[in-house]
Amino acid sequence: MNDNELILQTIDLTRYFGMVKAADGINVDVRRGEVVGIIGANGSGKTTFLNLITGYLTPERGRILFLGQECTGESPRRIVKLGLARSFQIPQIYTTLSVMENLLLSLSAQANKGTVFWQPLYTESWVREASEILARFGLESYADRPVSVLPEGGRKLLDIALSFALKPQLLLMDEPTSGVSIEDKFQVMDTMATVLKESNITTIFVEHDMEVVQRYSRRVIVFDEGKLIADGHPQTILADPEIRKAVLGHE
Amino acid sequence: MTLQLLTIIFVDGLNYAATLFLISIGLTIVYGVLRILNISHGGIYAFGAYLATWLALQLLEAGLPPYLSYLMLLAGGIIIGLLTGPIIERLFLRRIYGRDMHIQLLLTYSILLILDDLMKLIFGMEPLIVSEPYTLLGQFSVAGISYSRYQFFLIAISVLFGGCLIWLVRGTRFGKLVVAVINDREVSLAMGINVNLIFTFAFTLGALAAALGGAFIAPTIAVVPGFALEVVVLSFAVIAIGGMGSLEGAALGALIVGLSRAAAIHLYPEIELVIIYLIMVVVLAIRPEGIFGEEELRRI
Amino acid sequence: MNFPRVPIVGQIFVVLFLAAPALFPSWILFLLTKSLFMFIAVQGVALFLRSGNITFGHALFYATGAYTVGFGTKWFGFRELAVLVPLGALAGLIMAALVGLIMARYRGVFFAMLNLAFSMIMYAALLKFYWVTGGTDGLPAGVATLFGFQLRGSSFGFYYFSLGIAGLVAYGLYRFLASPLGYFLKALGDNEIRIEYSGESVRHVIYVAYVIAGGLGGISGVLAAFTIGHIVPEDAFWIQSGEFVFIALLGGFESIFGPLMGAIAFEFIQTYASKYFPLAWQMTLGGIMLLIIIFKPGGLWEIYEGLTSRLKNSRWGRYILE
Repeated sequence: MNDNELILQTIDLTRYFGMVKAADGINVDVRRGEVVGIIGANGSGKTTFLNLITGYLTPERGRILFLGQECTGESPRRIVKLGLARSFQIPQIYTTLSVMENLLLSLSAQANKGTVFWQPLYTESWVREASEILARFGLESYADRPVSVLPEGGRKLLDIALSFALKPQLLLMDEPTSGVSIEDKFQVMDTMATVLKESNITTIFVEHDMEVVQRYSRRVIVFDEGKLIADGHPQTILADPEIRKAVLGHE
Repeated sequence: MTLQLLTIIFVDGLNYAATLFLISIGLTIVYGVLRILNISHGGIYAFGAYLATWLALQLLEAGLPPYLSYLMLLAGGIIIGLLTGPIIERLFLRRIYGRDMHIQLLLTYSILLILDDLMKLIFGMEPLIVSEPYTLLGQFSVAGISYSRYQFFLIAISVLFGGCLIWLVRGTRFGKLVVAVINDREVSLAMGINVNLIFTFAFTLGALAAALGGAFIAPTIAVVPGFALEVVVLSFAVIAIGGMGSLEGAALGALIVGLSRAAAIHLYPEIELVIIYLIMVVVLAIRPEGIFGEEELRRI
Repeated sequence: MNFPRVPIVGQIFVVLFLAAPALFPSWILFLLTKSLFMFIAVQGVALFLRSGNITFGHALFYATGAYTVGFGTKWFGFRELAVLVPLGALAGLIMAALVGLIMARYRGVFFAMLNLAFSMIMYAALLKFYWVTGGTDGLPAGVATLFGFQLRGSSFGFYYFSLGIAGLVAYGLYRFLASPLGYFLKALGDNEIRIEYSGESVRHVIYVAYVIAGGLGGISGVLAAFTIGHIVPEDAFWIQSGEFVFIALLGGFESIFGPLMGAIAFEFIQTYASKYFPLAWQMTLGGIMLLIIIFKPGGLWEIYEGLTSRLKNSRWGRYILE
């Protein structure tokens, strides 16, 4: 596991929606340990990019390589099994179960024991691991509570925790702070950033908020109209007035 | 296979298709607008058949001209449709909109049970048969086989029904309102459309179609207790094949099943009963929403 | 084995069930025997109801189990329960394994419809191939034997055997519902996307559950055949499937014992009502169901929980309930 290992590579990734080029020949390399922020205006193609690499959409042209393996056109489930995990803009969590149960299900799936019916879900080792993860995400007080009592920031963190529990090689987050109130935004990101730093997971997150991207990423990729227009250090990129104009919208 | 055999299969198939269409059209309307699978549909159909037959029998007993029996059939269907439609929709269905599917299915199933017994209580356990409307139209020959004109009357009625309904949906303002409600309930509400009223109308329309279908088919069969139950699963199969919620689908489904059954009866009688369900499995396995059905999108 | 702690009220019921032959007249015992195999069948339906899907074709497996007895008797002269029950379960499992390959791709209304279609194919086949199946007359079941001892369907012995099987099924379900698969089934009705993005296959979850339901249906079919004494194509008819769904909702399908309450209530209502109101017993059932749907959708179990939660406020209430 060397630090320069190529985790994700997209080659000429292209996808149309009718006449619109949502992704236009995207070439991206992401190496182990990187924390990459993706920004762009609405409709610039950032979510399309995320949907393509997680297998939710199939590209018209181009290739996706994950951990050196050809992943183009694979189903989300297979890509997850290879080591990719994703959190969503609208948290995808089990609302009829408790917080702990949500986490236990992720752990059992990760252990390939999802369809086992002779072992209890509340297996000691899993419960311990789940409690640990909940503690790291600051959610331990909600463990046995139903998901409905979680505040919005908590739901987001749970969504991320569920992805984290899969022990992924690459963690993708789709707008982790959207829908979170301004007071909680940085707390959510701080919690998350600490956990990720401690576990050294390669991370890509899509964000709207340039401040969040500046503070938490070590590399920034900018999308505009389906094309990749910048790729580099947050400081330099976000200082560029052309980039700011593209991201904030053409006035 | 001779031309005569083909013709026979075709004509038989068309006759049976007409029957199936009349049985199923009401069910698909209700599903299309309310997104509820109305199991009590079979009960409304049977009730229509019962009342129509009973009224016709009363008329004939009173010595009135038999030509008026057609009016009695019409009356029977309309009365049942207009009674059951609003009552079921407003008293029962309205309470469960938006609730889980199994609740909705159980509710309509319970109503079917109630209707089935209601028919036994009101009309008794003896079969009711009125053959005059059937025999009055006489017979004629096709390919050397004599058919009853009433069967073709049924075909004409199904075409009429289908045509009226399509015109209603595509050509009138009411139809456009219904389509709006189908596409997006919330937006329709926000636009000031009286969604509740549309639902009542749509359900009543489906009930009318069911009751009238039963009423006109009644002279070709013996109306017996419990036949509502047979109709239920038959109508399900037809609209599942053609596409639930689609008018054209009900027609196509009826045609496919009708022709297949006719072919089965004349060529390979063992599978006569099974053919409709076999087709259903094959169609649903290839295209789960049915031939003209709408695909259900998954949102992320 | 990991036994759950049974509250005193539960122990009372267990004792009642065990002592039933001594306490109740034989016709009530017969109804209880029927309730037991209905309970097992309904559990198969309940598995899917918990995930928001309806099986309107469970009678397929029930009939498979029943006709296993029929063929076993007809072709091999077999009436041995120790063989037929596992055989019926196996037949149900295999049937479900085959049909489930197609079924697992569907949900909601399409799942229900396709299910229905398969069971009606079986119904039609049972009717048409009368030289094998006995057609509308069906097949007789004869008297069961258990390790050689004869057990008439209406006897104490058969009742206890059914009770034993039902108990095993209940225990199995208790473990099942506490397992990852049990929870994933529930999560299915909640969020399929998260399941897929956890690396678990939704199709696989449904398939395994479907096969288990098939096995349960098969077991109940075997018991039913001997209890009722004859085996008919109507065992696969959609009305039979409807009864299972009905009981699941009547009793409440979230808990393990809801279906038992539902089955007992259903058998009693059906027997009484058809005796006193032969033309209105379906209506009675329908009316009761309407009331439940409108007022207490959690079924009898919800009513039971409502009563007991009030009792828990008193000391002696807590004593017997916990």
